[in-house]
Amino acid sequence: MIELYVLLVAMLAAAVVAIEIKDLLAAAVSMGMVGFSVAILFILVQAPDLAIVQIVVEILAVVFFAAVILRTTHDDSTVQLRITSRMILPAVLYGIFVLMFVAVMTSVLRELPVFGSPLMRVAGNYLAVGLNQSGAANLVTAIVLDFRAYDTIGEAVVLFTAVVGVLTIVRQIGRKADAGEEHA
Amino acid sequence: MVPFIACLLLFLLGLYAIVLKRNIIKIIIGFSLMEYAVNLLFAFIGFKQGAIAPIITRLGMTQDFVDPLPQALVLTSIVIGLATTALMLAFAMRIYEKYHTFDITEIRRLRG
Repeated sequence: MIELYVLLVAMLAAAVVAIEIKDLLAAAVSMGMVGFSVAILFILVQAPDLAIVQIVVEILAVVFFAAVILRTTHDDSTVQLRITSRMILPAVLYGIFVLMFVAVMTSVLRELPVFGSPLMRVAGNYLAVGLNQSGAANLVTAIVLDFRAYDTIGEAVVLFTAVVGVLTIVRQIGRKADAGEEHA
Repeated sequence: MVPFIACLLLFLLGLYAIVLKRNIIKIIIGFSLMEYAVNLLFAFIGFKQGAIAPIITRLGMTQDFVDPLPQALVLTSIVIGLATTALMLAFAMRIYEKYHTFDITEIRRLRG
């Protein structure tokens, strides 16, 4: 499983680049590298459905980022090396959160099943009766569309709401002209 | 254990971007990173050493599958992540059109 660890390191490095680089387009591309690393990791942990969806979603996400950045500005003018007084309070709060997070996670990681041997208390039943009850050879599809179909309906509602929000915000007509004049 | 810790590190990196970065695009990237971290953690929790993907290929034979439940939960979560990212990007674009900056400290005219 050495490739898994190499990919994890590459993913974390790309994440640091995406957060710290000055050019926003390069940041979006680095975020794409994180997403594609995640897609390959999905393949390595035997989740081909997730890998397919992740690749499609990642391409779309990078295209959205690129569209917005090309329409606005490349340059992240807020990148600075010196520490200002404005950064102190968020930094302290973040530090406190990280300490609490690490403290909780050390106990959580001890409770989690070891990597490579899941509990499968719920999924064992799905594996046993999934094919007969749902007729789907792909058990992930059987769970999404049969055993947990109500979850899927809820998620579809969230998806629909987000899409309606995007369409409402980016449409061209509306009160844009006069509202923009007032505050210009 | 190491893959779980890598996911938590990615989560903390995303949170760092959200809390301490002043550029809106960087904040949205931070949201995406946190989302990837959680999705990846779910997929890792369901992984079983030496097992195959949960797709039945041979009838009547007991095969060793990885846990399909986390995969089913993450599948919809990935798509929703894209939709919320697109929503945040749409907001960012409108904010830029109005204020001509992505710097959140410059966007003060939001107050009444």
